[in-house]
Amino acid sequence: MPERKFRVWRGDDNGGDYESYDVEVEQGMVVLDAVHLIQSRQANDLAVRWNCKAGKCGSCSVEINGKPKLACMTRLNDYAPDETISVQPLKAFPVIKDLVCDVSWNYEQNKRIPPLKPKPRDKDGQFRMMQRDVDRVQEFRKCIECFLCQDVCHVVRDHDAKDKFVGPRFMVRLASLEMHPLDEEDRIPKIKEEFGSGMCNITRCCTEVCPEHINITDNGIIPLKERVVDRYYDPIARLLRKIRG
Amino acid sequence: MGTNIANSQLRVLGATERIDRWWLGPMLVLLGLSGFSVYATWAAFQGEHYFHESYLSPFYSPLLYIDTAAAGSAPIEHAWIGAWPEWWPSFLPNSPAFLILMFPGAFRFTCYYYRKAYYRAFVASPPACAVGGIRQGKYRGETFLLLFQNLHRYALYFALGFVVILYYDAFASFFRDGQFGVGVGSIVLLINATLLAGYTTGCHSFRHLIGGGLDCFSCNTVCDVRHKGWSLASILNRKHMLFAWLSLFWVGFSDVYVRLVSMGIITDYNTW
Repeated sequence: MPERKFRVWRGDDNGGDYESYDVEVEQGMVVLDAVHLIQSRQANDLAVRWNCKAGKCGSCSVEINGKPKLACMTRLNDYAPDETISVQPLKAFPVIKDLVCDVSWNYEQNKRIPPLKPKPRDKDGQFRMMQRDVDRVQEFRKCIECFLCQDVCHVVRDHDAKDKFVGPRFMVRLASLEMHPLDEEDRIPKIKEEFGSGMCNITRCCTEVCPEHINITDNGIIPLKERVVDRYYDPIARLLRKIRG
Repeated sequence: MGTNIANSQLRVLGATERIDRWWLGPMLVLLGLSGFSVYATWAAFQGEHYFHESYLSPFYSPLLYIDTAAAGSAPIEHAWIGAWPEWWPSFLPNSPAFLILMFPGAFRFTCYYYRKAYYRAFVASPPACAVGGIRQGKYRGETFLLLFQNLHRYALYFALGFVVILYYDAFASFFRDGQFGVGVGSIVLLINATLLAGYTTGCHSFRHLIGGGLDCFSCNTVCDVRHKGWSLASILNRKHMLFAWLSLFWVGFSDVYVRLVSMGIITDYNTW
């Protein structure tokens, strides 16, 4: 079996560095397979978070040759045979050990979002939605919370503005609630002031890394920005709202 | 909470573990937008050779005022207002382009696609995904100096008017002295108007205004119609980047074509 060179980041919150490993690889292997081989044969104490190995749990998010990816969905033959594959933890979040990060900040953001506030039921006691009303929202429900978008967002990653911007994943969640046909909650003031829609300069890296191919920027963040414009920056829209009462 | 790894490294411009050619995209955007800006500025300063028979360069349409003394200028009856005004500053050439280019310029400058393109290519904020951006004392995104980007929809309103005008120019280019004909130039101008229409109606603000701002598409007939509009705009929106570049290239090419025909450098093949 051919051998491939890997560099895996080893360390913890106090610091660390890459360690090199040679791994015998087989056809069809993904990066997570190689990491597991390293763990079982060369570095038993290597920490890696994983679960479904099918790209649906979002646990094995790492950076592979500098790009945020799911280790279980990244095939080794995506890289040239002589290319060394570097694996490191998500850079935007604190390291716990080796490839495992503390992503709890994301869960804290989720708790801040006002939940769905449904309209009153129809007279027959039912809630009704037409398919075309929920098509948009269903795209956002594909999110597996891998937080690759949060990791690559330069507002969170480079500028460390976690106190000012909730991040792409939660802009998508906000969009799914704001566009929901049964929802009555008004989150626009919070989207502008607390969740920081204006901090996003729409450079679309979140969309580029999404393993579920959710069009985060075009279908999630920009529509929210436009709703903020409706409310705060468009004098004609404001006038029309006043006329309509 | 602890710190994220190599946090100081992230703040260095260009710092990355990526080994692919991440710099290629921003570099091409830099060259493309710079090249177009230089050419458009040069073309606007010329003030001549923007008209030939039934062809009018899109850089100069609509013609608000016309200086008929300029070479390759349009006849005075094409002017929306009249002859070139006396108040025009003498240090600027009498170019109708100066009066209108700010509107399509504003539309493209505030466009959600172009914002991504130039934030990456011109100000490295960030230059590419997972690549360290330019150092900024305090990052404020589009909340402070860039707050004007929120007025994109107003630039859209003007852009929609320009699409109508450019379609009129394109159809008018098929007629000379009341006689219908087809020339390479008229096809060039028709393609130009169509690409600009595709770019403008695929705009994110247009998509929002036509229906995206609704939560319920099925609530009444008007919402249903707006849903259809939103669906069509969404199809174009998925190709917004493509339309942005094609329309940018073609509007420049249209000006080059009309200019060269007007200067007599190339011959316009036509049926007249």
